[in-house]
Parts: sequence; structure tokens; C-alpha cells
Amino acid sequence: MNLKIVNYGAGNIKSIQFAFQRLGYDAVLTNNSEEIIASDKVIFPGVGEASSAMKMLKDSGLDTLIPQLKQPVLGICLGMQLMCNHTEEGNTKGLGIFDVDVKRFSNAVKVPQMGWNTVKNLKSDLFKNISEGDYMYLVHSYYAENCEESIATSDYKIEYASALENDNFFGVQFHPEKSSKAGAQLLQNFLDL
Amino acid sequence: MLTKRIVPCLDIKNGRTVKGVNFVDLRDAGDPVILAKQYAELGADELVFLDIAATLENRKTMQDMVLKVAEQVNIPFTVGGGISSVADVDALLHCGADKVSINSSAVKRPELINELSDKFGSQCVVVAIDAKQVEGEWFVHLAGGTIPTEIKLFDWAKEVEQRGAGEILFTSMNHDGTKAGFANEALAKLSDLVNIPIIASGGAGTMQHFVDTFIDGKADAALAASVFHFGEIPIIELKEELKKQGIPVRL
Repeated sequence: MNLKIVNYGAGNIKSIQFAFQRLGYDAVLTNNSEEIIASDKVIFPGVGEASSAMKMLKDSGLDTLIPQLKQPVLGICLGMQLMCNHTEEGNTKGLGIFDVDVKRFSNAVKVPQMGWNTVKNLKSDLFKNISEGDYMYLVHSYYAENCEESIATSDYKIEYASALENDNFFGVQFHPEKSSKAGAQLLQNFLDL
Repeated sequence: MLTKRIVPCLDIKNGRTVKGVNFVDLRDAGDPVILAKQYAELGADELVFLDIAATLENRKTMQDMVLKVAEQVNIPFTVGGGISSVADVDALLHCGADKVSINSSAVKRPELINELSDKFGSQCVVVAIDAKQVEGEWFVHLAGGTIPTEIKLFDWAKEVEQRGAGEILFTSMNHDGTKAGFANEALAKLSDLVNIPIIASGGAGTMQHFVDTFIDGKADAALAASVFHFGEIPIIELKEELKKQGIPVRL
């Protein structure tokens, strides 16, 4: 399995590498277009602020490459948000892979949402052997609205999309690499796609 | 539904856990990696590692420990103690820490909070506040609660939120070590005042104390050390009790 993690300077990438290592796979960091195109599976991580992450992506030319990829791509956290049309964070235009906008949680709840929340309305093979109501670890202030491409939703005052799918592209708002056994199962499912 | 978090705290000195731990048969109870794995298995939602003897010399030791924990543990963890610069945080996050906790260094130079949240995002910036109630007023204390300041707890909490903290870890020096319950009145006031999550710390003695701090104290998470390390409160039993009393937990 040729597994690559897109390295554009955003995020806690070490934890993702370790999570795959625990599953017996070697995930290699790269920002090299040829290497990414040639891989079997691609992880698109992201932690931090949206507009600066998008700038780093553009600086490395990866903003045009990622939407053209044909193999399974998994966006994690901010990675998923950047794959959407637009995010309110820094009024940032996204990659437009998922036809949905990203908004900020209202101050009726504590922001960021931090901790373990349940996933439900599970639809995709990405959630094989994961049950309705299983817990995933999330840390985020912005959310993708519930939409046709949702393959999981969670509730935080409102119901939002905690995972998205469009063709070969997948996105999860939670951190599977930090979500105990359910998270490890999801990463395994991605590898099995 | 977002659940309330149970957070064991491990004190670390030279890469080893300090306080004795005897809740399970461990080959090496002083090894933070083995202990962290065990806690993750037993239902802890998150872990905090506090370097209580943080010095320049053992910074590398701490980074090595963080790397080993990240390699083997599949739940999030925070690292605190002796962190005073963007470079310190950069190194710890690169080793796989999810969050860092800053305390005295933020009081001495509050801009550090802005710098960290701008560079790494507020989600990984925990500001730990040690405070003591003196004649009805809560004052921030430094250096593990030993040095009093004139800074008022609630003013400081508001400021750290505005500067970009993603979470507050509040320890009441009046309650810490008493096993008589958390400082729920101050915690509830904090929770109403700021709109970021609050971790309650100091005073855990019984399961009911956790129930009370989640309901009366409006805490988002509760941290404790000895009641977990000495097996006085098994985490699974605690979570079952919380659930029974209507508090959402991950079981």
C-alpha cells in the first residue's frame, strides 16, 4: 500500500503517522505532486486556521492538484473543511470538492467544541463495523452544514455533517487518529476501500 | 451529544511518573507510556502530562516521552510544565502532543497566548490557572500555587479567552489535595463568564464530587490524579455512575 500524507505545513501529522503505524502501515509525508499522484491513498490533514492553511496549500500548488486526484482521499478536520466550497473562518474559498459551506458555531454553545461526540446517520463503507452512536474525538470551532454528501452527522446544538463523501473524496471532522478503537477502525476502512 | 471528559493527570519528572500508581499490576508503574496506554484502555477520555521538574536540560527527555506516548496511545493528550515559547510548543506538537498547557509563563507574558493561538490554533492552547480564594476573592497564584499575585481569577480568565486560549484548566488551591470536592461555585461562574471549555481540577475524592462538578460546577471536563492512580475510583465505574445520574459520558 502506497500511502501518502499531504505535507503542507498544517497540523499534527505525527499522530496520523503513528495511527497508521499501529495498523501496520507506513504513511509517508510528502508535498511532491508526482509522489501524491502515484500513491494508492492520500490523507489530507489540517489543524489551525483556514485562510493561512489555504495559503500554504496554494504556495505549494497543491490546491489545484488535490481536486484532480483519482484515488481515495481522506481529509481530516481542517483538511475536510478546506475541501468544502467556502469557510467563514478568514472568509476563505475552499477547494469545492464538497458542495457545502463551513460556518462558525454560534455562541449558544462553547466554542471550540472539544471532546467526544457521537456519530450517527452513518452511510458509507468508511463506517463499516462502526456503530450508530459510537464516539469520535473532535476539536473544532467551524462545522460543515448537514447536506446531501453527509455520510455521518453529529449534534452540537445543531445537527451538522461530521463526515462527507463525494466520489473518491472523503472528509471527517473528527480525529480518527485520536478516537480510540472506533477511529482506528475508520482508518482501516479507508485503507480497505 | 458531546460528552463530559474524565482526565487523569500524570506528574512527570525526568521522563518518569512521580506519584506511585497501584491501580493495576503494571510491569513498570513509573513508565508514563505503559500507564497512558492502560488509562486509554480503562476509559480515560484524555490525559495530561505535567512536567513538574521542567528544566532546560530535561526538555529533550520530555519530548522523547511525548513521542513515545503519541506512538502508542490513541486518545488525545496535553503536555504542560516549563513551556514558555513558540519554539517549545512547536517541538512538543511535532512530537505528537495534541495540546499544550501554559501557566506561569502566560501570566508573566500574556502575549504568549496570542502567539501560540495565531501560530498553532487555539484548539491546542490550554491555559492552566491556579487560584486561591482569599477573603472571598479569587487570586491567581504562580509556580504551582506557591506565589500569590494581585491578578483576579475572573479577570484573567476573560483575558486568556480574548487572547485566544482554547480551554481553561482551573485548579483551586483551596480544594487541591483535600478530597472534599471541586470548587464548583467558582467553576460555574467561570463557565458562565467565558465561552471556552473549562476543566475542573483540585478536590476529587468521591464519584459524587465528579457528578457535582459537572452539574453544579458546569465543568466540561474533570481532572484528577491520586483517586485514579491509587484505584480509589475506577474510571469505568465512575462513568457508569455519571451516566446513571444523567451526565453524558463515553462508555
